[in-house]
Amino acid sequence: MKPRLVPLLPLSLALLLALMLSACAQSPALRATGDLGIIVERGSGSLLLVEHSHQRRLARIEGLGDLSHASVVFSRDQRYAYVFGRDGGLTKVDLLRQRIDRRVVQGGNSIGGAISQDGRLIAVGNYEPGGLRVFDSDTLEPVADIPAPLLDTAAGVDSKRSRAVGVVDAPGQRFLFSLFDTGEIWSVDMTEPASPEISRYHDIGRQPYDALLTSDGRYYLAGLFGEDGMALLDLWQPEAGVERVLHHYGRGDQRLPVYKMPHLEGWTVAGDSAYVPAVGRHQVLVLDRNNWQQTDAIEVAGQPVFVMARPDARQIWVNFAHPDNHLVQVIDTRSHRIIDTLEPGPGVLHMEFTPRGEQVWLSVRDAGEVQVWDPYRLTRMATLPAEKPSGIFFTSRAHEIGL
Amino acid sequence: MARRIASVAAGAWLLLALPATTLAAPPPQALTPEHRQRLHDLLVQDCGSCHGLRMTGGLGPRLTPETLAGKDRESLEATVLHGRPGTAMPPWQGLLDQREVAWMIDQLLQGVEP
Repeated sequence: MKPRLVPLLPLSLALLLALMLSACAQSPALRATGDLGIIVERGSGSLLLVEHSHQRRLARIEGLGDLSHASVVFSRDQRYAYVFGRDGGLTKVDLLRQRIDRRVVQGGNSIGGAISQDGRLIAVGNYEPGGLRVFDSDTLEPVADIPAPLLDTAAGVDSKRSRAVGVVDAPGQRFLFSLFDTGEIWSVDMTEPASPEISRYHDIGRQPYDALLTSDGRYYLAGLFGEDGMALLDLWQPEAGVERVLHHYGRGDQRLPVYKMPHLEGWTVAGDSAYVPAVGRHQVLVLDRNNWQQTDAIEVAGQPVFVMARPDARQIWVNFAHPDNHLVQVIDTRSHRIIDTLEPGPGVLHMEFTPRGEQVWLSVRDAGEVQVWDPYRLTRMATLPAEKPSGIFFTSRAHEIGL
Repeated sequence: MARRIASVAAGAWLLLALPATTLAAPPPQALTPEHRQRLHDLLVQDCGSCHGLRMTGGLGPRLTPETLAGKDRESLEATVLHGRPGTAMPPWQGLLDQREVAWMIDQLLQGVEP
């Protein structure tokens, strides 16, 4: 093999040089990625690459499979996006080359994931097979498989594992996640990737559906669907175990049917208060961050899905579940009053603020568009067409703990 | 405690066995094309939030024609209308009438394309 290559070498070198020269001539101007973002087009299994400095679309990237419930994390250099798809697909997208770098189908049904503190590992939370799988962020080669506990199911039914939700990265090279069916929180230390160390917390409450990590990386908070309340783990003293907060916030009121699970994301803290969606109620709950006691319940237009703070924390933006998902409400964090009710269009699914908060992008699924709003003037700045858009993710997330 | 809850949740969504109420299905062709489009969008986008855009499952169970084959149609309709207590499946009664639910079940049994 080797001898045959030798005579070809001069030719291939020349060829390579020619190729490189032409590539240089054709390649676009140098650019950075700090103002880029990804918009999930859930119907068509594609992504829009966008840029928020000029509020424009740069490219559509196709072939990502079933994105009905997709989320995205970014590499620490903000060049690559890792997309977690419903069908178990984990796709690494190159934002500069505007194309898929690699893709693996790592499970049957997944919900989301996280990137490790050092950026080397990608964790995916799976419904099927229930548990966490960890991959090398460069190659997407499997690194660790952490199956969730098997469930007791009726005889004759295939064995099922508890479903993993609320996957986040945490300081100390950890991943945390919750188990919907068995009511647990697991904290996995990945310092030694080949032998993950797992700490399990049992009886955290019924059916944790999602979770978040405070932006300082200290508190992991899981929302409960099967009961009113949330489960709190203080990572400064994990040995103290999980504490129940917002216990029985409904005080026995009949909960409304829930047509869309709320999401806990973008930890919403303003001063000493934290804001979370109430499950099955038309309320945003306010907690005192020092003692985790509920201090208020703000009545809103529907069942909240996302409760997001403007980066300066002066406003909270809320979107809603069906049948109120054409509305967005803006809450003033000083007065807890609703200062505006916007009607961007049918099916407002997600909101994302630019890092310094001068824009907020809304996906309006059934209008087939993404709208850019000025959250200070409460006016619309731009509209971009998109195919059934859902999640919007800006690369600034690369440097946020827990996102 | 956790164990009991787990088996209730998993059992409930696997068995699809709510007591069937008697529901006479009126002819689904009574729906206009616009109405059907709206229901199709609801099925794919909103039901799909939990069951997957391709109905291959998520937080909710898989609802493909193969998994639904042999299930009692009335209990399927009852599940949609009344929900499934103890699970994340809400009752759609009040938002959807029985005729609409019947049409959506037809779609599920035939296979839904997003």
